[in-house]
Amino acid sequence: MTLLAKGRAITLLGLCGLVGVYVRALAFTPVERVQGLAQKIYYLHVPAAIWAETAMIFVGLAGAFYLFLKDERLDRFAASSAEVGTVFATIVLTTGPIWGKPIWGTWWTWDARLTSTLLLFFVYVGYLLLRAAVVDPFLRSRYAAVLGICGMFLVPFIHFSVYLFRTLHPGPIVLKPSAPSLPAPMLVTWAVSVAVFTVLYVGFVTQRYALAVRGAAPERGEAGPG
Amino acid sequence: MVSAEGLRHAYGAVVALDDVSFTLGPGHTLAIFGPNGAGKTTLLRVLAGLVRPNGGSARVAGGRHAIGWIDHQSHLYGDLSVRENLEFWATLYGVPRAARAPRATALVKRLGLAARADTPVRTLSRGLMQRAAIARALIHEPPVLLLDEPFTGLDLAAAAELRALLAELRGAGRVVVLTTHNVDEGVELASDVAFQHRGRFVAFGPRGTRSAAEIAAAYRQAVRTDDA
Amino acid sequence: MRETLREAWTIARKDLVLEFRTRTALLSAFVFTALVLTVFYFGRDPTAVATIDLAPSILWVTFTFAAMLALNRAFQLELEHGALDGLLVSPLSRPGLYLGKLVANLAFVALIEAVGLPLFVLFFDVPVWPVLLPLLGVMALATTGFVAVGTLFSAMVIRMRFAELMLPVLLLPFLFPPLLGAVQITARLFGGRPLSEAGGWLRLLAAYDILFVSLATLLFRHTVDE
Repeated sequence: MTLLAKGRAITLLGLCGLVGVYVRALAFTPVERVQGLAQKIYYLHVPAAIWAETAMIFVGLAGAFYLFLKDERLDRFAASSAEVGTVFATIVLTTGPIWGKPIWGTWWTWDARLTSTLLLFFVYVGYLLLRAAVVDPFLRSRYAAVLGICGMFLVPFIHFSVYLFRTLHPGPIVLKPSAPSLPAPMLVTWAVSVAVFTVLYVGFVTQRYALAVRGAAPERGEAGPG
Repeated sequence: MVSAEGLRHAYGAVVALDDVSFTLGPGHTLAIFGPNGAGKTTLLRVLAGLVRPNGGSARVAGGRHAIGWIDHQSHLYGDLSVRENLEFWATLYGVPRAARAPRATALVKRLGLAARADTPVRTLSRGLMQRAAIARALIHEPPVLLLDEPFTGLDLAAAAELRALLAELRGAGRVVVLTTHNVDEGVELASDVAFQHRGRFVAFGPRGTRSAAEIAAAYRQAVRTDDA
Repeated sequence: MRETLREAWTIARKDLVLEFRTRTALLSAFVFTALVLTVFYFGRDPTAVATIDLAPSILWVTFTFAAMLALNRAFQLELEHGALDGLLVSPLSRPGLYLGKLVANLAFVALIEAVGLPLFVLFFDVPVWPVLLPLLGVMALATTGFVAVGTLFSAMVIRMRFAELMLPVLLLPFLFPPLLGAVQITARLFGGRPLSEAGGWLRLLAAYDILFVSLATLLFRHTVDE
């Protein structure tokens, strides 16, 4: 089984899982009293946000290791992770307004999670533009690593600054020190959804990585002796 | 003093260095001949520490402090005068403060730049700019000189002057590595010659008593054999 | 350490001499600052919004845009006759080169701010005198942070196509935390509120400076060495 086929299989598994999450969310999880059906999007929105950020951390870590080891697989993984992170950030930025319209009465609000994801999205776009703008493959890998590492360290700063700036986003519901305030069935659905998004991340990255290997072969795979 | 061991480097699919090895002791001048794209510039950039080779190793005794480097660019700031440029580079190379100005003065005099020493480099002609670039490379009195096509852009008189200068520098026990695509240039300076083709040293050895014409013939022969 | 600082000073002094000798960049930056401030004055409805409410944002958007101009030229002047390669062959340490560029850029931006601030006070009639010292402190804190990141990125973009466009695209997400912090603190200063109220923001700015100056010093060599 090739890497690409593996990636496709994992992605398919993730997509089935996503369908499962939504069957469970719509049919077997109670409807939230205040927000109504709109709350269902939460199962898509929050896991996507978590993985959009985690993907950036992986981009930074892969970049840091690349600078030491100069192993192009790390660079390829960073690029793949960045592209998947961009997709997840886009999911957050589109599901946010869909949820926001019925609940907040406006499509876009500068709430904490949307703002930080938007900035993260800009970092990703810059990262992908930089990769496109540098022709030399070795220079590109190094520059991308430097930007990725900086991006990774920027994430907490963005978080903290939007937190200091007032927010009207619903406060953390699951990941907070006291017991989760989500009713148990919703919590289970949410946890399953996070797991499903993890599978999706792995699937997407694997596919993207396999495609990068295929695309890179004539460019640098046989780059020369040593 | 300068040595290379199994150097390999490639830019994508283009091989620039292919198993290059040599050793040069004090007083030796190596002239590397080769067509454009043979990898001569890459070799000098590896020796200068600008490019990390894909494989093998290069060593220059004394490290970065020991290297004087000239290539097709002058590495000078257009808005600074020749003297200011020289003093800036002297500072970077750790030349003691008291020695900077006298050394700069001596160099501009030696290179025939005294009249223009205080004008901005931007206003110099191509030939004078090249002399200023040579002065820059010599300001820290480096024991090793790496010269990439040093005769390019010089008229006949200036080229002859540069040859005289290089002969003088070689006399002081320096190691000189110079590249050129023209066999007539620099061959009389060389103690050793190498022919580089497609990244490889197809021949390397002492010049002996061979004349430029003999070396040119050997060079054509070596390159042809390599192609076959 | 002493050696690194000595090198940094050699580079910075050379850059500043070059800057004062040509003066074009500096003068353009002054004119640009004056123009942006003028445009901002008319780019609002004076009957609806009080100047003082907009003043902090105007001040900081002007400063960041002007800084962007300064950053673009930092490594540009090393390219003219291949001076950068000369620096890299010389014994100059990479942190020394980075810190030298950082100091020169900071001096350049400080000069722009020194001209911009009186103009700003003149145009917008902001009571700046009572809070001058803390304001200068905030300016130093915020400027150091974004110039540190900008100096690192400007070393990368010089070898790319569309360098002038790439720098803002890469840099603006990174400007978000210091810019936000600077605006918030400045607003509190102009509002006559105690600086202690902005303690969180000050800590954010300080942490940003420390992290990104160190990170950029470490990462810089990967942007210039082959």
